[in-house]
Amino acid sequence: MRTVAVVGASLAGLSAARSLRRQGYDGRLVVIGDELHRPYDRPPLSKEFLAGTLGEPELALETDDEDLRAEWLLGTRAVALDHAERTLRLADGRQVRADGFVIATGAAARTLPGSAGLAGVHTLRTLDDARALRDELALGGRLVVIGGGFIGAEVASTARALGLEVTVVEAAPAPLAGPLGEAMGAVVSALHADHGVALLCGVGVKGLSGERRVDAVLLEDGRTVPADVVVVGVGARPNVEWLEGSGVVLDNGVKCGADGRTSLAGVVAVGDCANWYDPRSGLHRRVEHWTGARERPDAAIAALLAGGAVAPGVPRPPYFWSDQYGVKIQFAGHAAGADSVTIEDGTPDERNVLAVYRRSGIPVAVLGMNQPRLFTRWRKHLAAPL
Amino acid sequence: MMIPACRLADLPRGEAHRLDIDPPVSVFHTDDGELFAIDDTCTHQDASLADGWLEGREVECPLHASKFDLRTGAVDAPPAKLPVRTHEVVVDEDGMIHVRLSTEAPNLPPCIAARLAGGPA
Ligand SMILES: Cc1cc2nc3c(=O)[nH]c(=O)nc-3n(C[C@H](O)[C@H](O)[C@H](O)COP(=O)(O)OP(=O)(O)OC[C@H]3O[C@@H](n4cnc5c(N)ncnc54)[C@H](O)[C@@H]3O)c2cc1C
Ligand code: FES
Repeated sequence: MRTVAVVGASLAGLSAARSLRRQGYDGRLVVIGDELHRPYDRPPLSKEFLAGTLGEPELALETDDEDLRAEWLLGTRAVALDHAERTLRLADGRQVRADGFVIATGAAARTLPGSAGLAGVHTLRTLDDARALRDELALGGRLVVIGGGFIGAEVASTARALGLEVTVVEAAPAPLAGPLGEAMGAVVSALHADHGVALLCGVGVKGLSGERRVDAVLLEDGRTVPADVVVVGVGARPNVEWLEGSGVVLDNGVKCGADGRTSLAGVVAVGDCANWYDPRSGLHRRVEHWTGARERPDAAIAALLAGGAVAPGVPRPPYFWSDQYGVKIQFAGHAAGADSVTIEDGTPDERNVLAVYRRSGIPVAVLGMNQPRLFTRWRKHLAAPL
Repeated sequence: MMIPACRLADLPRGEAHRLDIDPPVSVFHTDDGELFAIDDTCTHQDASLADGWLEGREVECPLHASKFDLRTGAVDAPPAKLPVRTHEVVVDEDGMIHVRLSTEAPNLPPCIAARLAGGPA
């Protein structure tokens, strides 16, 4: 392999580039990214960076002395992959020929229809988004967060600490029921009330009101929630439209095997855009968490360099963390398959919990709130060989 | 400075013992029976490496999964970027583990460094 092109210059793309060099790849390496910035870390965007306690230099994912011998094509987007010609077409008209391709284009924040062009309405995915939101939160006032998922909850927590009046609107009966199940979703989302944040559940958003600038969120039950700033945190969708017609099979992102290989030879997918096969559950899963974007490129690059000649290992169960209202929340595994959840340590009332999810008696997931030590033990246990 | 940690007999393989000094230091007993001491606080944020995932001669931070080499203190990948200090471990004839503290300056995460810079509380 003489040239590898990595599309997407964030955590998964950078991790893939690093894996390539670490695994001995010595050829030409081209990294393409549509943002102008060098790879930066997103988790602080809803936490320390938004709070103003961490600056932009600290977001950098690269270290000062790092040299991957890569050509960085930044500020330009890949618009097509021609597999027969082994060529990427970029939005600025350039073409990149390569023998191997790593798709690491991540995901983009979902928006609310009809909110475009209204000042004061934000999504949070990129550094530019975070800069804009931080500047507005600094003015104080009333924040309404639409969506009670992890990003919405983190923004609410950060904004509350900055002194804003905060309301979270969640369409589902309980926030976080998807990733954590209803019982534990309720325990974690009780943090909002503990900190004086209003949580309105089971009610959809009908629209936003305001002339040039948003002034309220209109709910489907007829209520109006006044707002100076609105954050839409309703999930993300994989950035894979540019692959349509390329022959790469798409299904909730790029469909790939347990080693990141896609339907096309010499093309692997990593990070938030990739829907990996999970041998533990026998299902494909698209996992939008930091640790997967950081770790799985190792396996995908091994598969790319070996041309699929190595058997894929079993990846560790997905893991994520979230920091809300000073509480460290950690989760590993998949709650969806569980038929029971028990609290093994701590007290929910004190928002200090170690809960284990089981299916037919076998642990399949674990949740920790301020329980790093026990959590790590359980996480290790879950990762034990099949 | 030599600091007594705990008895070797009280520290099973695969476990870590944290010394609550400032900044804290942890002694790791690997599955292969080796002993290492490093600064306990991750250089990224306020996490205790004694709570982390010990495998071979590496410990993975319990929060964001940067791995530290117990022999050198080096970190493998972000989010942590700086190494932790390593300290010498000595077991005396009575089976007591002692740590000889490094004289280098620690690489504390910004949140803790800021607290220390604010002077004694
Ligand atoms: C605010 C926020 C907070 C988070 N907090 C946590 C947390 O606490 N814990 C946790 O586990 N995870 C967290 N995450 C998730 C974590 O950041 C992601 O899982 C991770 O960033 C995924 O990395 P990635 O490289 O796959 O995708 P991304 O980081 O989305 O990067 C993809 C890159 O590709 C670029 N791109 C897209 N299309 C193209 C194209 N056609 N051509 C060129 N470039 C393209 C994008 O612009 C982007 O720069 C958070 C995410 C956000 C946004
Ligand atoms: S606190 Fe250790 S890696 Fe983040």
